[in-house]
Amino acid sequence: MSILKVRNLVKVIDSDLILQEINLSLQSSEILCLLGPSGCGKTTLLRMICGLETPDSGQILYDGKDITGIDPHRRNFGMMFQEFALFPHKNVYENVVFGLRVKNRADNDIRKRAEEVLELVGLTGMGQRNVNELSGGERQRVAMARSLAPQPRLLLLDEPMGSLDRVLRERLLRDVQAILKRIRITTIFVTHDHNEAFSVADRIAVVSAGRIEQVDSPVNLYKKPANRFVASFLGFQNMVEGVVQGNGGVETPLGIIPIKDPLPASGQNVTILIRPEAAHLMGSQDPAAADELVVMAQVKDVRFQGADYQLTARAENGESLVVNLPNDTLIPDPGQPVRLGLRVSAMSVIDR
Amino acid sequence: MSFIPDGEWALGSLQKLFKSGYYARTLWFTFWQAAVSTLLTLVLALPGAYVFARYRFPGKKLLQAFATVPFVLPTVVVATSFQALLGPRGLINELLQAVFNLSEAPIQMNHSVLFVLLAHVFFNYTVILRMVGGFWARLDPSLTESARVLGASSVKVFFRVTLPLLKPAILASSLLVFIFCFSSFGVILILGGPRLATIEVEIYRQAVHLFNLPMAAALSLIQIVFILLMMWVYTTLQRKQVVTLQPVSGAHSQVPIRTAKDRSWVGGNVCLILLLVGTPLAALILRSFLTDTGLSLVYYRALFVNPVQSIFYVPPLEAVFYSCGFALVTLVFSVVIGILAAQFLSVSEGRISALFDPIFMLPLSTSAVTLGFGFIIALDRPPLNLRTSLLLVPLAHTLVAFPFVVRSVLPALRSIPQSLKESAALLGASPFRVWRSVELPIIGRSLIVGAVFAFTISLGEFGATVFVARPQTPTMPLAIYRFLGQPGALNYGQAMAMSSLLMLVTAVGFLMLEKLRIEGQGEF
Repeated sequence: MSILKVRNLVKVIDSDLILQEINLSLQSSEILCLLGPSGCGKTTLLRMICGLETPDSGQILYDGKDITGIDPHRRNFGMMFQEFALFPHKNVYENVVFGLRVKNRADNDIRKRAEEVLELVGLTGMGQRNVNELSGGERQRVAMARSLAPQPRLLLLDEPMGSLDRVLRERLLRDVQAILKRIRITTIFVTHDHNEAFSVADRIAVVSAGRIEQVDSPVNLYKKPANRFVASFLGFQNMVEGVVQGNGGVETPLGIIPIKDPLPASGQNVTILIRPEAAHLMGSQDPAAADELVVMAQVKDVRFQGADYQLTARAENGESLVVNLPNDTLIPDPGQPVRLGLRVSAMSVIDR
Repeated sequence: MSFIPDGEWALGSLQKLFKSGYYARTLWFTFWQAAVSTLLTLVLALPGAYVFARYRFPGKKLLQAFATVPFVLPTVVVATSFQALLGPRGLINELLQAVFNLSEAPIQMNHSVLFVLLAHVFFNYTVILRMVGGFWARLDPSLTESARVLGASSVKVFFRVTLPLLKPAILASSLLVFIFCFSSFGVILILGGPRLATIEVEIYRQAVHLFNLPMAAALSLIQIVFILLMMWVYTTLQRKQVVTLQPVSGAHSQVPIRTAKDRSWVGGNVCLILLLVGTPLAALILRSFLTDTGLSLVYYRALFVNPVQSIFYVPPLEAVFYSCGFALVTLVFSVVIGILAAQFLSVSEGRISALFDPIFMLPLSTSAVTLGFGFIIALDRPPLNLRTSLLLVPLAHTLVAFPFVVRSVLPALRSIPQSLKESAALLGASPFRVWRSVELPIIGRSLIVGAVFAFTISLGEFGATVFVARPQTPTMPLAIYRFLGQPGALNYGQAMAMSSLLMLVTAVGFLMLEKLRIEGQGEF
């Protein structure tokens, strides 16, 4: 049963349509990611859900009740800001208990709860530290503890990793996900980084220009992006146009692709996404497998990326392909011809 | 009022103002003395600014605080200090008379322009020192370094790179000094004697001595127009300065004293500050103890007794009492109004804030005498007749002082990130609770700075008080002015004694501020 529902939410700022008719629903203890480029409206959506901004029309329902007009301090939602927004004049402990103090909880309960959440985020015994002396990771944990302390009904995270460096980010991401799962809190997580979204979210809503393009599980989103925008936002580069044929294949400039996806009627134009992991290098004599498309191409550029090489090649008909090859592959030099096998299982039909 | 002398519209007084040569001369004098004062201050203070921006040396902070003391002193005290040093009864004259056995004071500086100019330099030295020095210290040293690498000599670098970069700071600070000197009142009234008069002094004379209210009002108008104009230029310059500034921490660019050249630069300026600031203050204190029979507390003791049985006579001690009372009320009023105004400015949108910001600064930019004069002609009839109310003085003082609270609190308020308040709200804090638990503690320090400022301003306020205070309830500056106006060694000594007390209170208040003021916070 969905606990949070967003219905036809519209926001206009300076006659710009920031959000147009947003519909969204969230299951209890689900982690939903709002993923999109900066300026797409995802933060505005988050701020409206917690009440910091008012929608121009539409409704927000929590547990079946309309909360659209309720002040943020009466919603009992928790929010973590990008820069963490720790109170500089309070120490760690005082930051954490702020939400409990303003709700006039008993001193004993406050102390107990503070210890609980400090332990939860791994900051036991750091209560008396000055927040200005903390490292970025510690500040994030304090912010997490502070927003969790009053046991919010919904947790909102606005780019919580945004101001941290990469190595730290990956480690903290795992910790954050573990905590969220352990306490089974319903969460909305805003990010512009799809890797972050993939590793944390149960479901991802891709937002672009004030609209939700697709809502899906991370795996489905990756395997079947709904359209060109979602595909390119996830970093996919190979999209070829084709025409559906009568026998179930799609005719493209690269050749006929025997794709398994359900296809529109024959004669229709479709776009096919070829994910970078589709490719492997073939010897000139290797036979093509049944679920494979073989393409002759010329190497344009090779880049070493650690686990794999990124190879840019131009097919004989001029189509450009960017694919990943394992780092133990013997990579030909730029200018050399290659024979690439592309697995059909790593392709999908998308909208234009 | 300037247009309606007898309840009818008339441009008469304004015409008279322009026709009569005397007023043109007053205007001209106001201008040129302000210009010369500014120039003198600039020449003396720029080397100091360089030294403060460039060098690290022991006692620097203390010296800087010391150099600022004159600026926060009541103008009456500044004037008495110079009387004590160089006046006809001043220390130097008495010393010279004693040594060379002269019957008359050899230095006849009293009522001369030079006297006034010196006092202005003393008063404003720190404005240039702090504003230009502070800006200079935060200039990115890589700018001049890259110019050096590109092959420019150090002289060339100064004129081609440093000076153009400093220009907004120099212009803004000079303009501020010019405004201060333009509207100088206490110094000129006391040191200038009957012949010298700025517009400000002339307003006072017209209104109080000659009771020519329309003329005073006309002069006030001119004064307001000029000062508003300059204030507008000043805020424009200041905004420019903020935009172009890419501050680096001053500590990086400062070097310790190493060569003989360094020593002479620093030493010379330290001596100048000690001489300029130290001697008048020392003279004042010394003069307050020095009687014909040597050092004694006679003048201080005299403050507590009533030797003349005049009905207008008010014991000096009561002036201290009234001053403190008024200052406390002013503090409360200023803090309340200041917080409200700052809060309003910090949340209002850019355009509204741009409109109201200068309006809240208006009392600061119109002169004190104009304010006081405005008070008595505006509030002397129903519906609001406060002319006889004790509240009139603190109200006038609040008008002068609350902009300082706003200036002090506003940057702190604006520095609070929106997300901090939003966090608090989402954690369940009501808007009032957010203000109390988040905003107030963060601005607390700045608020105390503003409050102490308001208190000391009220203590030393002279220009407006001269109009609105009733004879029975004088403040300390008024008492000092009265003492100076009466003959005899005892009156003179009492003026010195009370000035010393007033100096002590304001200096202590100010040094407290220096300790509280967070580096880089609070605007001038």
